[in-house]
Order: sequence, then structure tokens, then C-alpha cells
Amino acid sequence: MEIEAVRLLATMGAIMVGTIAPAIAIGWIGSRATDAIGRNPEAAPKIQTAMILAAAFAEAIAIYALVMALIIKFV
Amino acid sequence: MATNLNESIILENEAVPKDAQTTQEENGNGIHISLKAEPIFHIGSFAVTNSLILATLILIFFSGIAIFARRKIKLIPGGLQNIFEFFLESILDLMDSVLGSRQKSEKYLPLIATIFLFVLFSNWFGLLPGVGSIMLYGEETAPLLRAPSADLNFTLALAVVTVITVNLFGAFAIGAFRHAGKFFNFRNPIGFFVGLIELVSEGARMISFSFRLFGNIFAGEVLLTIVAFLAPYLVPLPFLFLEVFVGAVQALIFSMLAVVFIAIAITDHHEEGHAAQANH
Repeated sequence: MEIEAVRLLATMGAIMVGTIAPAIAIGWIGSRATDAIGRNPEAAPKIQTAMILAAAFAEAIAIYALVMALIIKFV
Repeated sequence: MATNLNESIILENEAVPKDAQTTQEENGNGIHISLKAEPIFHIGSFAVTNSLILATLILIFFSGIAIFARRKIKLIPGGLQNIFEFFLESILDLMDSVLGSRQKSEKYLPLIATIFLFVLFSNWFGLLPGVGSIMLYGEETAPLLRAPSADLNFTLALAVVTVITVNLFGAFAIGAFRHAGKFFNFRNPIGFFVGLIELVSEGARMISFSFRLFGNIFAGEVLLTIVAFLAPYLVPLPFLFLEVFVGAVQALIFSMLAVVFIAIAITDHHEEGHAAQANH
């Protein structure tokens, strides 16, 4: 295969595989947070802050994959 | 009308072969995406990059505000002083919830508030009009300004400073030998390996700190560039708003993680229970 083709495939593979786990994680965080807010609506602001922080951590994993994909694509 | 225009742009872009695309980039008409900050000019052998220029501007901005704000400090705050007091109060409250006491929070406030403000404004200055869009056509085409957080050097430097300072805080709080004992433990083999893992995780912290911030801001920049290329009017607005939010959240995460690491570092090994680990 040509090197350009391999590079495109690698870019796609990096971002494709790298986003699976964070997607599951963020979905899970959101579902548990809504659960918690449903059980205890008074604690909503605290839960929301914790949820956004946790979601940002999970998102960071996807961002690592994105950076890798961009490095493969452009460097 | 607008959608037609977009489709034609996309199709045209797809039809353009790779070589033509790169020449388009060199001409500066297409999308300009660069992973690293580009040097604008040199002082001796020291390359002054575009993100360094914006970081300097932010520094001047901060110094200006600091000098202006401290000129008229009153007992009853008004205007600017009110904003600062509100900001300090809320960040102190946030630190209290992790560190447990106001005294500790006030002790570590300077580092945390500096990190928060500097990261926040480095993220937000990257969204200002003109940053990334004013191009310099020299021997290399490069934008004149670039968000400092979209440069790995900046985030890595911040991460290294943070991790080293956190360890110094730990050494000052519980004693240098006891703090070093967290990493070098020769009492039993399990403790030895746990110490080794702790030592490796200090390095991993630097990497995750720097890549999280760099990745988020750089990805946001790429996203904004591409969206603005596809649809120039109105469509980028929600993405801009998203980036404002992401910038604030990333600044909060960077500083809150530093607080959590400080909380772990200043507690002794035996007390360092689940409470600190749970926040990790």
C-alpha cells in the first residue's frame, strides 16, 4: 500500500478505536448523574459540577486519540 | 443557498488531489493547521513563536489589571475590586471542599489562582478575532498569534512547574524525608513497588496534565478552523460558545487537579486514605 493510504487508515483507526471507551464512559457518567439527581434533587448543583469534571476527564481520553490522529495526519 | 455553497466547497475539496491541497495551504488560502507553534522571528538563536507572543500579551494584560486594581483598594469594594473578591471567594470555597480548611486554602491560593487565571485567559484569548486569522507571509506562512494553550511547550511547562511545586509543598508540609518516603520505601517489597508506581505516576501526571490541556484547546482550534471554512456565518457561533465553555472547564480541571494533588501530597502516607484517592 502507499504510505498516504496507510496514513489515512491509521488516522481513521486511531480516532475510531480511541473514541469507543470515552463514549461509553460519558454515557455512563451522564446516566448515573441523572440517576443521582433524580434520587436527590437538592444535591443537583454539586452533582452537576462533579459530572462535568468527570465527563471532561473521560473526554480527555478521546482528545488524546484525536491528538494522535492529527499527529499521524499532519506530521 | 448557503447549503449549496457549502456542498460545492466540500466537493471541490474532495476533488482536489493531495498535492494541490498542500500547495493551497502554502499559499495561505486554504485551512492552515499546524501542530506546533511557528517561529515568527528570532532573537539570536531563540525562536519567538506566535504562541509566545500571545502569552506575553496576556502577561502584560494581567500586569496591567493588577496594577490598575491595586491602586484603589477600599474596604467597601466597588466595580473591579468586587469582581476580584467574588472570584477569590468562590475559588477559596472550592479549595475548602478539597483541602478541608480555610487556612490551608489561603496558603495554596497563589499557585492555584495563578494557574486558573493564566490557563483560563490563554484559552479564551485564543478565541478572540484575529488570533489565528491574521497571517504573516514571510518565508513561512504563519498566523501572527496563536493560543498559548495550543502549544505543547506551554502546557508542558505549566505541568512540570505544577508537579514540582506540589512535591515541594508536600516536602515542606510533612518533611522532606517523609515525603521522599512515599516514593522510596524499603521496609517491605510491596511498599517498594507501590513507591515505584507512585514515582512513575508523577511523570504520568505531567504528561496527562499537558496533553489534556493541549489536546482540548488544539482540537477546539482545529474544529473552529474547519467549521469556519465550511460555513463562514452564524454556524461557527455554537462552536465558539462550546469552546468558551471548554476553555473554562479545562482551566478549572487543571487547577482543581493541582489542588487534589496538593491535598494528597501534604497528607502523611498513613492518613492518605480513600478520601483523597476518590477525588483522583
